[in-house]
Amino acid sequence: MAEEETPAEAEETEEEAADAGPDVPTAYGVPVTESRGQQTLHPSAEELHATVEALQAEGYDQLMDVIGVDYLTHGARELPVEPQRFEVVYLLLNHAKRERMTVRVQCSEDEPTVPTLFDHFPGAETPEREAYDMLGITFEGHPDLCRILMPEDWVGHPLRKDYAVGSIPVQFKGAPARR
Amino acid sequence: MTTTEDRTESGSAESSERVRRRGEDSAVLRMSEAEVAQLALDAPEVALATNTEERTIMNMGPSHPSTHGVLRLVLELEGEIVKRSKPVVGYLHTGMEKTAEELTYMQGSTNVTRMDYASPLFSELAFSLTVEKLLEVEVPERATWIRMMMCELNRMSSHLLFMATNGMDLGAVSMMIYGWREREEVLRFFEMVTGLRMNHNYIRPGGVAADLPDGWEKEVERLLAMIPPRLEEYDVLMTGQPIWRERLQGVGVLNSEEALALSATGPILRSTGYAWDLRRDEPYLAYDQVDFDVVVGTYGDCFDRYAIRLNEIRESMRIVQQCLDMMPKGDYRVQDKKVTPPPRARIDESMEALIHHFKIFTEGFKVPEGDAYVAVESPRGELGCYIVSDGGPKPYRMHIRGPSFINLQTMPHLMYDGLIADGVAVISSVDPIMGEVDR
Repeated sequence: MAEEETPAEAEETEEEAADAGPDVPTAYGVPVTESRGQQTLHPSAEELHATVEALQAEGYDQLMDVIGVDYLTHGARELPVEPQRFEVVYLLLNHAKRERMTVRVQCSEDEPTVPTLFDHFPGAETPEREAYDMLGITFEGHPDLCRILMPEDWVGHPLRKDYAVGSIPVQFKGAPARR
Repeated sequence: MTTTEDRTESGSAESSERVRRRGEDSAVLRMSEAEVAQLALDAPEVALATNTEERTIMNMGPSHPSTHGVLRLVLELEGEIVKRSKPVVGYLHTGMEKTAEELTYMQGSTNVTRMDYASPLFSELAFSLTVEKLLEVEVPERATWIRMMMCELNRMSSHLLFMATNGMDLGAVSMMIYGWREREEVLRFFEMVTGLRMNHNYIRPGGVAADLPDGWEKEVERLLAMIPPRLEEYDVLMTGQPIWRERLQGVGVLNSEEALALSATGPILRSTGYAWDLRRDEPYLAYDQVDFDVVVGTYGDCFDRYAIRLNEIRESMRIVQQCLDMMPKGDYRVQDKKVTPPPRARIDESMEALIHHFKIFTEGFKVPEGDAYVAVESPRGELGCYIVSDGGPKPYRMHIRGPSFINLQTMPHLMYDGLIADGVAVISSVDPIMGEVDR
């Protein structure tokens, strides 16, 4: 984003806004929305690193959580970007200004991949592993992407909406055989 | 204070070196469970080709008296020195976030209260505040103050439990009995108010489950009079003890940059001298109307974390005293027909009230579409709740940011280059509650 000289930057942001659509407000070069008093950025997976670096420069110095959401059975959503099945929510905190920022990244059903934030915030390690374990979203570049809550040999990702709550067959000793 | 000089030395000069070390020979052991199991099968002591020295892989836990439940640590040892380590969790995973999607907002607090079983009211509070943010309802003043008082009492009971387990882990076994004794006194008050010692389901979306019972002021006054002399006893038993200080000072040191980078919150972050407390910095409930201090440490070691928790009990008592003095009159839950069931007496005389009551308990109330995140300062750090609603009576997605879960990441860094025995002190001072870690 900072390719141009400083005075040109403001113009460029406006141009980008024009690209995204006539009435989509932007911040940090990506579409921004506000819900219930909370600013939310909507970068694409490619823009994520640049956005986070811009936020870091602004003073957002702690990553509070990384949350995966599966929007499979959710109704139509109004987003400034194209809604996808999976979404990764990053919660950032600015200690100096006492402000929070939500960053929501859409990722597709076929290839649920986002780049890891481990290099920016080492604290992203555990929550990213949890999102991978629970929803099968892969974080590219994560140093140790493996299951964290489920057993290592578990098949499937429990918090996906197409993962049935179901039941596990329980064997009772001396129970009469089926049939 | 014989060790003061050693402690000041390990200050800012070393910090950059420690940050750099995270990159190279990371403190975290990157090894899958299967690999660890294979190594254990191959030979009891295995030399890993990471360094020239011989290193051993050892499992600590999941059932070890000092691992607070079912935390398992894979340690890479060089003799008795812990090099890299990796916490392995999930033994208590019961899919509570999946369960939450099947429960209505009314039932949801029964679910979250079982996460952090040492401070259940905070989970309920975070959940309720998030639902209220989505509903955009305003909770009556009295409910807010009841919530605040109950939460501060819960912080006391949780920290008293920490005093007990921390003492036990480090060999002050009689401390365990004292800590549990005082905690039990607080739980007795909880039982009087909520009917249960733990897992209260007391704080609910829209207010609290019931008003404070008659004579609660006397009980709180009794608690406030009883605890301070007991804390003085703790000071005599532990704080001033040379053995206790030797055991904790300079052990498991973390600095502010590391704590921030590792997303640590609560006493771990504050022990590094970084004053960040959501009660003061992002006031929720009525914390902006009460007077209290944020306790911070200096060295970021186990002793600071112990001292912070001990003094936070005192600060909580200050807040409880103010709640006692300033408790307003009024409703204990919001009188919004959408979220509040009708009073019992109305059901007998009004058909509509009966239908309303039935609807609210079978179907639940609908929450507007959207997402919200609300964080509260639990005894262990920032406890957040993220809810996505699709407009129905059940959360579409409910996520709890468990402070223990995130704080667990600091453990390998705190244990690096320390003794196994100091590892026990570190686990204890991080104070993880596994119910919240695994959810």
